[in-house]
Amino acid sequence: MVLVLRNYKLRNSRLVPSPFPTTLTGCSKPQILRPFSFQLSPMAAIFQGVGAAAALPSSPSYSFDSNKSVFSPRRSFSVRKGASFAVVRSDGTVNLNPKDRRAQLLISNAVATKADSAAASSSSKPGHELLLFEALLEGLEEEMERDPHVCVMGEDVGHYGGSYKVTKGLAKKFGDLRVLDTPIAENSFTGMGIGAAMTGLRPVVEGMNMGFLLLAFNQISNNCGMLHYTSGGQFTIPIVIRGPGGVGRQLGAEHSQRLESYFQSIPGIQMVACSTPYNAKGLMKAAIRSENPVILFEHVLLYNLKERIPDEDYICNLEEAEMVRPGEHVTILTYSRMRYHVMQAAKTLVNKGYDPEVIDIRSLKPFDLFTIGNSVKKTHRVLIVEECMRTGGIGASLTAAITENFNDYLDAPIMCLSSQDVPTPYAGTLEEVTVVQPAQIVTAVEQLCQ
Amino acid sequence: MATAFSAPKFAAQPFTTISPTSQHKPLKIPTAASPFLGSTRKLLRLSSSSQLNLRRRSSGSVFAVSDVVKEKKPTPIPSLLITKEEGLELYEDMVLGRSFEDMCAQMYYRGKMFGFVHLYNGQEAVSTGFIKLLKQQDSVVSTYRDHVHALSKGVPARAVMSELFGKTTGCCRGQGGSMHMFSSEHNLIGGFAFIGEGIPVATGAAFTSKYKREVLKEADCDHVTLAFFGDGTCNNGQFFECLNMAALWKLPIVFVVENNLWAIGMSHLRATSDPQIYKKGPAFGMPGVHVDGMDVLKVREVAKEAIARARRGEGPTLVECETYRFRGHSLADPDELRDPTEKAHYAARDPITALKKYLIENNLSGEAELKAIDKKIDELLEDAVEFADESPLPPRSQLLENVFADPKGFGIGPDGRYRCEDPKFTQGTAHV
Repeated sequence: MVLVLRNYKLRNSRLVPSPFPTTLTGCSKPQILRPFSFQLSPMAAIFQGVGAAAALPSSPSYSFDSNKSVFSPRRSFSVRKGASFAVVRSDGTVNLNPKDRRAQLLISNAVATKADSAAASSSSKPGHELLLFEALLEGLEEEMERDPHVCVMGEDVGHYGGSYKVTKGLAKKFGDLRVLDTPIAENSFTGMGIGAAMTGLRPVVEGMNMGFLLLAFNQISNNCGMLHYTSGGQFTIPIVIRGPGGVGRQLGAEHSQRLESYFQSIPGIQMVACSTPYNAKGLMKAAIRSENPVILFEHVLLYNLKERIPDEDYICNLEEAEMVRPGEHVTILTYSRMRYHVMQAAKTLVNKGYDPEVIDIRSLKPFDLFTIGNSVKKTHRVLIVEECMRTGGIGASLTAAITENFNDYLDAPIMCLSSQDVPTPYAGTLEEVTVVQPAQIVTAVEQLCQ
Repeated sequence: MATAFSAPKFAAQPFTTISPTSQHKPLKIPTAASPFLGSTRKLLRLSSSSQLNLRRRSSGSVFAVSDVVKEKKPTPIPSLLITKEEGLELYEDMVLGRSFEDMCAQMYYRGKMFGFVHLYNGQEAVSTGFIKLLKQQDSVVSTYRDHVHALSKGVPARAVMSELFGKTTGCCRGQGGSMHMFSSEHNLIGGFAFIGEGIPVATGAAFTSKYKREVLKEADCDHVTLAFFGDGTCNNGQFFECLNMAALWKLPIVFVVENNLWAIGMSHLRATSDPQIYKKGPAFGMPGVHVDGMDVLKVREVAKEAIARARRGEGPTLVECETYRFRGHSLADPDELRDPTEKAHYAARDPITALKKYLIENNLSGEAELKAIDKKIDELLEDAVEFADESPLPPRSQLLENVFADPKGFGIGPDGRYRCEDPKFTQGTAHV
């Protein structure tokens, strides 16, 4: 999988990659390559391959890892050997090609995080490649080593290692009490996590699937969100509630829910969604270190994305959005899995002559209005691509927030592409059309840019 | 079995554990003075109140599953259960609770406090009996009927009264109200408005205690958590889920059921298939005890054992206290469903009167001393009301404080700065 910052200067009518090398999940098998050998194309192919390859996303051996050659980095671009990672993050001070001043301007205007700017830019250490679930595991493990108050609770997190292997090996290392296998009682063990957080621990509560946390809604809404306030600030609840959600591969309606829209109204919590191994680890660590209750949304289909991430300690700011691809014509706001659909559509759009600016909003609550606002002020057109339901989803809130704050800068009404208001069908063909597909994104941009 | 279709008549109660009439049957079964062992050892009160002996009788039908409590050798029945100091402490605490609640009712009808106010009159023995045995570091988790739990745990009456008046000097800065009493200093972890939702929080606090002992290696950490809740809650999923987890991991927690027979207007017997709540303990592997919750000394004896068990690391206990609330469910409840005979019966077993009688009859104290305590409490409450009256209301600027422990959680505004840095935030006029 690729983490990209690409500045394509179409005026020069050739593709000029940024000097940052990407670690590509390029595919050495020519039949998978698309005609435009853009880094993202193997991704798209992999997505389709995945569906054919295996059914259960929970099995870590499915698809990606088993075929090592899929992940051999391609060197067709001038990739610097030993360079660490590919992303220009909104928070880093990065060495940029002077041609990329525009991107640099954007970045320096964004709120800088203190912690990881150096780490982001240094290419002194080679970094290491891993999959997204391993990045989460690494982040969790590092935080558990750093602070003995950090503990994990959830179903099958201990001996089983987590149904998506995010807690693999932790129980052996830290013991059964620190990595607690709970009975199947979401409401109660989430409440237990909240009680533990109030009395000094820093629990990470895993919902085996985000949808199961519907059972914990009572605790999450009433206690997690509210108790700091109703206690007059006497008790803090530094809990992290995490789990995979989103539409998978024919998992059925109940296992394909997007809970971010249900939780977003709860006052007192923060919500973040990770989409790459880099930001997965960074957000996990930041969430654990945060004094606020944080809900970290992962996606069932993204656990096996591979990326090279820094060796150094770093965190990703919980309130910031991530600039994925600067552009001029249209702002595309997205998060989680739809980021990849957007980037796939971006490829097509670029070939058609558009220059989309893609922002992964990452922070679902609160929105990073600075990064988003700067983008809107530049492009004057906004397209939101999300996997949430149409009604009352994150996109709906984001539309309202942008309209409220940046209405004067808009040349066209905000377009929001969301999933259909439909319980996700089992049939693959139907499931495909409930979520937003790259073709729709391309059409929407074309429409928006008329 | 009382039918579901008629309000059960008090006199027709067929359940010996709940019917107070059974309490008056003198027991002729020989005593085996042991601490409670298992599911069905009940502490039944003898008709005479001069010597509050603890006699135990096993019902024989259901036996304890848990095996942790060892049999004590039979000891001579103690003649007095408390010392004078302890007795006065208990008396003072119960009078404080009762007077406070009466004052609350007055203030409510005078328009000083609003919303839902649930008063604890009649149940003081449970709160005093349990909480006065705790250390400061032990935690108490309660429900919406939490004023007296707060007072027993040590939260000053001033702070509680201010909180009820919604003033900024309240224990929760006026942001919680009657149903959300919190005190980090006294380890009172709420105050919950929905029934049952405090039980997992209590389980979590107990988990922290165990974690501190075993993972953080704080060897002397033996903090116990008490979870108070009512009979209605015992039909709620969170109750059962937490019984399971607490017993599974042997958490240092005591589940205290304040069975006052009524959940607003729903009689416990109409709502519960098996009304004997204490029997549900052994189903999960912990002892279940039934105790007369109108008698503070009995409650205290049971509490001692349950808390000691938890401190030793032997796990949770389920204690069902049969008690009664003299007032309605809340100040808005007209309380028409309950039979006046039932109310009269329990009024005759007022815990404060009973303790007073015990203290006097056993020469632990005299009328004058007890009256002095009454007066002291009256003055304390007057002072509390005055303090609350004079305290300032929360200013607008308090609105957005405490939403997040780290106010960066409000996010980054369009100007690039964190919104919490915006002065409108400190003024409370910003829109979030």
